[in-house]
Amino acid sequence: MIIKLEDLTYTYSQGTPFEKTAVDHVDLEIEEGTLVGIIGHTGSGKSTLIQHLNGLIKPTSGKVYIDGEDIHAKGVDLKKIRFKVGLVFQYPEYQIFEETVYKDISFGPRNMGLSEEDVDRRVRSAAAMVGLDDSLLDKSPFELSGGQKRRVAIAGVMAMEPKVLILDEPTAGLDPKGREVILSQIKEYHDKTGSTVLLVSHSMEDVARFAEKILVMNKGKVFCYDDPPGVFTRAEEINAVGLSVPQITKVFIELKKRGLDIRTDVYTVDFALKTIKEYLEEKGGAVNA
Amino acid sequence: MEEIIKAEDLTFWYSDIDEESGGTENRVTVFEDLDLKIEKGSFTAILGHNGCGKSTLAKHFNAVLLPCGGKVYSAGYDTSEADRLFDIRRHVGMVFQNPDNQIVASVVEEDVAFALENMGVPQEEMRQRVDEALKAVNMYEYREHAPSQLSGGQKQRVAIAGIIAMRPDCIVLDEPTAMLDPVGRREVIKTIRRLNREEGITIVLITHYMDEAAKGDRVVVMDKGKVILDDTPQNVFSHVEMLKSVGLDVPQSTQLMYLMEQSGMPCDLHVINETACADFLYRLLTKTKLEVSLDNKA
Amino acid sequence: MLKDITIGQYFPGTSVVHRIDARFKIVITAVFIVMLFSASNYSALCVPLVFFAIAFMASKLSAKLMIKSMKPIVPVIIITSILNIFFIDGVSVIKIWKLNITDNGLYTSGFMIIRLIALICGSSLLTYTTSPITLTDALEQMLKPLAKIKFPAHELAMMMTIALRFIPTLIEETDKIMQAQKARGAELDSGSIPQRAKALVPILIPLFVSSFRRAEELALAMECRCYNGGEGRTKLKTLVSGGKDYAALSLSIFFLSVVFILDLGKVSF
Repeated sequence: MIIKLEDLTYTYSQGTPFEKTAVDHVDLEIEEGTLVGIIGHTGSGKSTLIQHLNGLIKPTSGKVYIDGEDIHAKGVDLKKIRFKVGLVFQYPEYQIFEETVYKDISFGPRNMGLSEEDVDRRVRSAAAMVGLDDSLLDKSPFELSGGQKRRVAIAGVMAMEPKVLILDEPTAGLDPKGREVILSQIKEYHDKTGSTVLLVSHSMEDVARFAEKILVMNKGKVFCYDDPPGVFTRAEEINAVGLSVPQITKVFIELKKRGLDIRTDVYTVDFALKTIKEYLEEKGGAVNA
Repeated sequence: MEEIIKAEDLTFWYSDIDEESGGTENRVTVFEDLDLKIEKGSFTAILGHNGCGKSTLAKHFNAVLLPCGGKVYSAGYDTSEADRLFDIRRHVGMVFQNPDNQIVASVVEEDVAFALENMGVPQEEMRQRVDEALKAVNMYEYREHAPSQLSGGQKQRVAIAGIIAMRPDCIVLDEPTAMLDPVGRREVIKTIRRLNREEGITIVLITHYMDEAAKGDRVVVMDKGKVILDDTPQNVFSHVEMLKSVGLDVPQSTQLMYLMEQSGMPCDLHVINETACADFLYRLLTKTKLEVSLDNKA
Repeated sequence: MLKDITIGQYFPGTSVVHRIDARFKIVITAVFIVMLFSASNYSALCVPLVFFAIAFMASKLSAKLMIKSMKPIVPVIIITSILNIFFIDGVSVIKIWKLNITDNGLYTSGFMIIRLIALICGSSLLTYTTSPITLTDALEQMLKPLAKIKFPAHELAMMMTIALRFIPTLIEETDKIMQAQKARGAELDSGSIPQRAKALVPILIPLFVSSFRRAEELALAMECRCYNGGEGRTKLKTLVSGGKDYAALSLSIFFLSVVFILDLGKVSF
C-alpha cells in the first residue's frame, strides 16, 4: 500500500462558528501503481483530502501513511514526503516564476539537492513527457500559451519523480482538445513510470475513460472506491445524490426508468454501443436484419 | 428578423513587432472578411477551441476592439464611432471569464449598482433596478454579502446582474463558465437561458463546452478565424467528423448515434441530449425484429 | 494562517455604533486618537479608555474579536516596551547584570503599551462596525471639497474600494501559491534571513504577475460598465447624518476636554 489513511478527519476553523468538517473519518488504502480518479462536488472534501497526502495539511485526527511511514510521526522530514508525493494544484500555471521554462521545471529537483546532471536529465525527461519541445526550454514561460504554461507547471512536479503524483483538476478551463492531450499525457506518464497517479476531476466522463480505480467523495466521506465497472453498478445511486455521471449513463438510467430491462452501469460510449447490440440480440431485435 | 449585431467584412489583425529583426511589423490576422448577424432575441452560441478567434470576435461586439477593416454595428450604432461608445456598451453588455476580476465593489449590491452609478441614474430608480437585476439572477438574498464569500457560480451571477442592471438588449458572455465547477456552470447556463426566454434579452455565448452550446437556438462554429458551421444545434452536432477535426467534441449522445451509424444500425444524428437519446433508443429497443428490418429496408 | 488576519474586516450588525454615520465615526476616531496622545498622565489616559469601553459595549461585538485583532502587533508591543524599560533613566528598581530597570522606564513603557493597544482597538472598532465601502464613501465625501484644489478625491476612493475588494482575493491567492511552492520543496519557514528573503521570490513573482493580469481584466470590465471617472456619478447609497451622530460627536469632544483638564494636573482622581 503506497497510501493508507486511517480514520482521517479534518475540521476547518475548529472552535469557531465557521467550524466545518471537510474530511470525515476516512479510511482508504491505495495500491502502488494505480491510476485513481477522484470525483466529488466542490466542498466534498476531495481537495482537502489530497493536501493531507503530502503533509501540507495536518489531520485533526487520524493517520496518514505514505509507503508505510506515518508522515506526522516524530522525526519524519515532511520535505522528503513532499518529494515522494508530488502535488499539482488547480491552475498550476499561476505558480510559474522563473525566467526560463528550464529553470522553472528545475525548481523542484534543485530543492531536492540533486547533482547538476541529475537535474538536467529530469528536466528534459519531464518536459518530453508533457510534450514540450526542447526549443521551448530556453523561452520565458510567460510567453507561452495557456495550455503550454499548464504543461510546464505539471512537468515541474513530474521532474521531482515522485512515487505518487496527484493532480487537482489538471484540465480545468481547457478546451476539449487541450483536455484530451493532458489526460493522455498523464496516462502515458503513469504507464511509463509505473507510479501511482491520483487525478482529481469534476468530469466523470474523463475519469471513467482513464482511471483504473475511482474514488467518489461525498460530504467528506468516501462514497465508494472501486474499479469503474464496480463504481458504475451504483450509477443510479451516484446520480441520485446529485453527483454527475456521464451523459451516456444518464441515458441508460432513463431507459430503465421507462421500464426497459437494461443495465445502467454503462460509462463509455463504446460500452453503450455494445450494450445496445447485446440487448437487441437478446430480446429478439436484430441489428442488421 | 431585426438584427442586433451585424459584422460586415470584418477584418482584424494584431501587430506583432519582432524586436530581433529590427522592429519589423508582423501582422497576425485573426479574421478576414467575416460576416455574421445576430438576431434580436436569439440565443446564439459561438463554439470553437482556444485561439480560434471567438473571444476576439466577441470583443468587437461592444467596441472593446475595433475592426481593422469592415464594419461592426451593435444596437444600431457603428462601433467605430467613438462618441457612441457608452451607448453601445449600455445596450450590449459583456460578461468575462474570471468572475473575480470583474467585480469592483466589496458588497454585492454595490457592485451591481456600479454601472448605474457611472451612468448617473437617480438614486431611487437605481435601488429599484439593482433589486430587479439581483432577483433576475436569483441572488437577491445575497445582496449584502461580500463577493469573497460567494461560490464561483454565484459570483458569475452577480457579474451578470451588474450587466442586466443596465437593461441591455444583448449580453455577450465570453466563456463565462470556463472557471466554474459543474454546479456553477449549471446555475449560470440556467440563468442566461431564463434571461433569454423570459426577459427577451439577446444572448451571445462564447464557449468551448458543446453541452452548453447545445442549449442555444443557433450554434456558430469557428475555426482559424472562419465560420465553418452555422445552424441549429441539432444540425451542427450531426457533423461529428468535422467537429472532431477542428479539436471539438460532440455530446456523448451524439457520439453514440455516430457509432451506431458507423456499425450500420438505425440512428439519428440530430440527437444532442440525453432525453432525445433515450427517446430514440426506447423506440428502437422496444421494436420487434420485423419492424427493425422493415425500417432498414425503407 | 493568513486567513486569521482580522484588521480591516467588517462584522455586520445593527448596534448604535454600526448605525452612526461613517463620516462622524471617522471624526470621532480621530478625536479618540487625539485623546490618547494628549493624555500625559495615567489619570488622563483613563478617559479615552472609558470612552472606548462605552463605545465597545454599545457595539455589541465580542471581546474575543478584539483580542484576536491584537495578535499581529504583539511583537511591536514587546519590542517597544523592552526598549523603554531598559533605556530610560531613572531610579533603579531591579538590576539584572548590567541592565537597569527604572521606575521611569516601567512608567513610560506601561503608558506606551496602553496607548498602542487602545489605538489598535479604537481603529479596529471603526473598521469592524463600518463596511469598507461605506468607509470609502465617507472619505470620498469628506475629501470632496478638496477637489477644488485638484485633489483626486474620487480616484482615491475608487482605488481604496478596489484595494479592499481584492485584499481577500489576494490573500487567498498568496496562500495557494505558498502551498504550491511548498509542494515543490520550497522552504519558507526556515533558514537564515537572506535565505528566507530569497525564498520569497517564487511567491512574489507569481503574485505580481497575477495582480497585473487581474488589474488589466478589471479595467476592461469597468470600461464595459461605462466607467468614466468621477464626473456625473450618482450613488446607490448616500450618507445621512442625524441627531445620534451629533450626540456621539459631542460626547467624544466632552471626553477630550476632560483629558485636557486632567492634563493640566490641577484636578486628579
